[in-house]
Amino acid sequence: MSRESALVNADWVEQHLDDPKVVLVEVDEDTTAYDKGHIRGAIKLDWTTDLQDQVRRDFVNKAQFEALLSDRGVANDDTVVLYGGNNNWFAAYAYWYFKLYGHQDVKLLDGGRKKWELDSRELTADATSREKTSYTATEQDLSIRAFRDEVVAAIGTQNLVDVRSPDEFAGRLLAPAHLPQEQAQRAGHIPTAANVPWSKAANDDGTFKSDDELKEIYTEAGVDWNKDTIAYCRIGERSSHTWFVLKEILGEENVKNYDGSWTEYGSLVGVPIALGDEPGLPEGQSA
Amino acid sequence: MCGATEGGLSLDGVDVKKEAIIQGQVTKGGEPVGTAYVRLLDRTGEFTAEVPTSATGHFRFFAGPGEWTLRTLAPQSEPVDSKVTAATGVIAEVAVTL
Repeated sequence: MSRESALVNADWVEQHLDDPKVVLVEVDEDTTAYDKGHIRGAIKLDWTTDLQDQVRRDFVNKAQFEALLSDRGVANDDTVVLYGGNNNWFAAYAYWYFKLYGHQDVKLLDGGRKKWELDSRELTADATSREKTSYTATEQDLSIRAFRDEVVAAIGTQNLVDVRSPDEFAGRLLAPAHLPQEQAQRAGHIPTAANVPWSKAANDDGTFKSDDELKEIYTEAGVDWNKDTIAYCRIGERSSHTWFVLKEILGEENVKNYDGSWTEYGSLVGVPIALGDEPGLPEGQSA
Repeated sequence: MCGATEGGLSLDGVDVKKEAIIQGQVTKGGEPVGTAYVRLLDRTGEFTAEVPTSATGHFRFFAGPGEWTLRTLAPQSEPVDSKVTAATGVIAEVAVTL
């Protein structure tokens, strides 16, 4: 992948508003944002109800994903363009999700909803209806999804990139203050992880920084480009943003998103944890 | 917008004594700007949080004590930076004029 194949800009979207094979999909943390106004023709995916199993902590399965996209009118050969608020956090998460289930042509709108709004481009509250389809997903592509055992095995050997804020990384905070739920039992980070907050990869308007700037940011943070990489955050959405940067924009191979992230790792019994601003030693700390 | 009150957003249910609150309103030509984004940057200029303004132009952060910068972005306006000091138990009010 590359910047050219994974990203589109707002002009491109405006030129394709009436293209029936281009499906705009809005995914927000604030799931009411779409209802107040969205890009004309866009459908909405609710990350809490549409993309997560409602009983166990996991994604919807292949059959559920197929039913969801069929119902919303997404076809296998459609170009899916994702965008959303929060600098595209949840849109990037959905992008990764579409890739996980094998959708071929999926792109992210650079800058997401914020850039679109700041450009004073048109939003509408009009409902979108698309003909139902018969969508077929592939089995999950586990080359882009990391599970806890792989993460523990990666300590001290692979790149672990913790994309949370420095205070969450150090263990001074467990979650952003406006989201008190879903907390882990312990604070801190996975030993040897580099802390590169997701926001370093984005400009003020939400667009991604240039390839050269991005390379420099991760290199400076200690990412070894010859090693495989696992990105994580708190619940796996901010790390999708960084996964997108490393895998889809910079074209690095072997980059996984650990969607269990800190809410899983910080609740595991017996795994090492590092506190403070430094990556720490593989064995972590104990007190 | 939900719970908006005169002078700002509702603080019902928030223990103000424990929080270092930064809040305010974004206006342009005396009119509230409900389409702005306010970014909270720490004392090193590092991004910490971002919120869209309410329909009445209001915004709020639960920051920590210390020096912060608010960077306000809005359509057809240049970004505006405002310095603010937050302290626990105090509500720091910031009027941002575009």
